Amino acid sequence: MEYNGSAIVAMKGKNCVAIATDKRLGQRQMTIDTDFEKVFPITERTYIGLAGLATDVKTLHDRLRMRVNLYKHREERVIEPNTFANLVSHMLYEHRFGSYFVQPVIAGLNKNDQPFICSMDTIGCIDLGGNFIVSGTAAENLYGTCESLWEPDLEPEELFETISQALLNAVDRDAMSGWGAVVRIITPSGIITRDLKSRMD
Amino acid sequence: MDTQFAITGRDFAISVTDTGVSRSIVKMKHNKDKTWQLTPYTMMTVTGADGDIDPFSEYIQGNVKLYSVRNAQDLTPKEVANFVRGELADALRSRGAYKVNVLVSGYDKTTGEASLYWIDYLAALTRVPFGSHGYPSYIIYSVFDREYKEDITLEEGLGIVQKCINAVQTRFMADMPNFTVKVVDAQGTRAIDIAKA
Repeated sequence: MEYNGSAIVAMKGKNCVAIATDKRLGQRQMTIDTDFEKVFPITERTYIGLAGLATDVKTLHDRLRMRVNLYKHREERVIEPNTFANLVSHMLYEHRFGSYFVQPVIAGLNKNDQPFICSMDTIGCIDLGGNFIVSGTAAENLYGTCESLWEPDLEPEELFETISQALLNAVDRDAMSGWGAVVRIITPSGIITRDLKSRMD
Repeated sequence: MDTQFAITGRDFAISVTDTGVSRSIVKMKHNKDKTWQLTPYTMMTVTGADGDIDPFSEYIQGNVKLYSVRNAQDLTPKEVANFVRGELADALRSRGAYKVNVLVSGYDKTTGEASLYWIDYLAALTRVPFGSHGYPSYIIYSVFDREYKEDITLEEGLGIVQKCINAVQTRFMADMPNFTVKVVDAQGTRAIDIAKA
């Protein structure tokens, strides 16, 4: 889990959610890429961040994309975040003995514009959390920064500031993550995506 | 203990490997080409476990060629890279995982852009402007980080490659006197005779 390095955090705000990630791909202590995607859109209002082994991040993303597309064809509607979380959980538990080395973080708005965030362990145990969800090599650091900075009912712009500071200061203390950061705020009116200027070390 | 590295500009990619083959304390061969031509505009360099390189590379080469024959159209570099990664990923959790590291470089005629894809033996894939596998990466990445900038020309790219070769020959413990340098661009793939240090 520490081979490639990652840091992902999701936060609830007032009628919005935010999900933020670093962009490092490493091989143990050596950095290979500073533009590695770890957060992927599932629907227009749901995103999944995958922290852990890079090969499984890609494999899982490809498999989930297929499952979500099949769902859309069968159900003739887009998948809700809660349903998607259960889909991911089931898929991970199918590999109970021989698991994917990823810890997913899901953030989205359901059809009533209510925020939804959750994370899972490598075998699919859903943590519905409360206010924020963290994952990756900088998880402990993120717990600290999020607990100090988060407050209820943050508007989208305030949530952006809060989640950005929480992520940046957490990854600055973790050697395996950082090297760039990208934040997405999911609101009923659309997605705001911003790249953060961060320490490149 | 093999070196492979590659660097891209907007419309060309340079791919470099060393040419030595050693087994234990013996140098078996001094002029092995570790590049595999997949289409006229895409190639891959492969290093890793001895018994895995040839079966894997021949399998990829054959299937890419089969696609071209069936569809009268070549796979683009991005498609080739994703195919390679898919095969490695499928094999990873099976009885016969391949322990090979790959760099896929190519020129896409439809977009006029060159690209480079870094794939490690665990099937992690990422598109990069320059990349390297193996122990010499520690030296080579330092040179790349210092010298690389956006939109380098072919001459500048070859200059950076020469610096990488010099650095590896100076500071890496294993002897690497010869390197294969290949360029892929709008004119296709060709080998470059780079002056050795």
